[in-house]
Amino acid sequence: MLELRNISYGVAEEGAKKEILKNISFTLEDNRFVVVTGPNGGGKSTLAKVIAGIWQPTEGQILWDGQDITGLNVTERAKLGISYAFQQPVRFKGITVFDLIRLASGKKVSMDEACTYLSEVGLCARDYVRREVNASLSGGELKRIEIATVMARNTRVTLFDEPEAGIDLWSFQKLIGVFEKLHEDAHGSILIISHQERILDIADEILLIADGGLQKRGTKDEMLPEILGSSFRPGCLYMA
Amino acid sequence: MNQITEHILEEVAALHGIPEGAYNIRENGKSIGRSSTEEIQITTREDGKGLEIRIAAGTKKKSVHIPVVISQSGLKEVVYNDFFVGEDADVTIVAGCGIHNAGNDASRHDGVHTFYIGKGARVKYVEKHYGSGDGSGERIMNPETVIEIGEDGYMEMETVQIRGVDSTVRRTRASLAAGAKLVVTERLMTHGQQHAESWFDVHMDGADSGANIVSRSVARDSSYQKFSSCLVGNAPCSGHTECDAIIMDSAKISAVPELAANDPDAALIHEAAIGKIAGEQIVKLMTLGLTEAEAEEQIVEGFLR
Repeated sequence: MLELRNISYGVAEEGAKKEILKNISFTLEDNRFVVVTGPNGGGKSTLAKVIAGIWQPTEGQILWDGQDITGLNVTERAKLGISYAFQQPVRFKGITVFDLIRLASGKKVSMDEACTYLSEVGLCARDYVRREVNASLSGGELKRIEIATVMARNTRVTLFDEPEAGIDLWSFQKLIGVFEKLHEDAHGSILIISHQERILDIADEILLIADGGLQKRGTKDEMLPEILGSSFRPGCLYMA
Repeated sequence: MNQITEHILEEVAALHGIPEGAYNIRENGKSIGRSSTEEIQITTREDGKGLEIRIAAGTKKKSVHIPVVISQSGLKEVVYNDFFVGEDADVTIVAGCGIHNAGNDASRHDGVHTFYIGKGARVKYVEKHYGSGDGSGERIMNPETVIEIGEDGYMEMETVQIRGVDSTVRRTRASLAAGAKLVVTERLMTHGQQHAESWFDVHMDGADSGANIVSRSVARDSSYQKFSSCLVGNAPCSGHTECDAIIMDSAKISAVPELAANDPDAALIHEAAIGKIAGEQIVKLMTLGLTEAEAEEQIVEGFLR
């Protein structure tokens, strides 16, 4: 169980302090599928980075089964069981898809096992497993490799930052299938940052984050009508 | 053959014992084993300063190993090896050098390799340099490679120096006839106080000749690297040279590009990039459970692959 208590994150900007996250508290129960949504710039990605340990909160505590892990770094939290799929996956030179899957799983993996993860995200494994994770891959390919990598970790908590971003429509259909399967298989708890109605639609719970604060939370039945009817409507409305 | 020699042969030439086919193993200034085949003749040069390797025209899928081991501290040598590759031959030549220096005097190997590659011949040339031993004496290697590729000939040169060499100045000069191609892949890592210079001077003299020189290097600690690559297009040709370097700790790297087009149809490109490991690459691997140091190692290992 992951618990956030009064988490705030601020940065100094032109001499003034800017609060990006304001006093956020919530609990992510085991084996839950939670979607975080809200307008761009509202603090969602920052929240994921704070949970992964990439950024340290300026105030508040993060608890893991009741134990305070606020002071742990990225590696320590990863080892504890937190995975994080980047919104913009990182490119490397020389490191292959197989290397990433092997490092992610933390043990020896066979080519066949690595290929299984790739197939699950809709990539023809044979074509990709030996490829370098470099600029020759498209944004959509990289996103799917990123998802395969965190699936290979199979940890208790997995954070996905806008997995749909940069993915074409055809791939998106497959991606929904991937998340539906992740939900069914109960791969620990999943926290997805997303604007997509179809991802919101498979959530056990939806958190609405805007202006750095947790505005509202509830089941999808409670939240969806309101979100879809409001100015926070997923899609491009709140971009206007 | 003692354990040190066996270990070095494995490092520089991936050899476990005596290789198949033609070979010459040089240890502390002397040949300790040599074998020629019908198609590949290895003989001592007339002046006694090295080897002559003659590969018959049409030789296919054969290899030549000429590794060098220096384990005697303070030994200094200059060796000249000449390769004559016959028309339409297709061969792999493995020439590594390893210095084990457990003493206080500098050990040094300067190898001058000259390749005369015949019309339509293909050569893969692999050269690995390695140093070991805990003596304070320096391990110095200065390889010089001179390449003449005949019409429609092809040479792929893979040069690797990952650890243990204190000082190196490597020079590669090439001239390419019509349709000839040269591909060079250099992998270099320096650490401690090491100093490495790599100079390329490639002249594309014939129509439709082409060269691709790609160097990836990592400089750690207080080491210094200099990469200088000069491509000269004297005919319609295409040339590309690239230096991609990771700089760490308090190392220094300098990259010097030079392109000279003496023909309006010479297409020449130079790319050079020097920078630290991207922070996001380290963070990504840390999210997979690696420590910062482990992440750096993986990134460097992949980069130099």
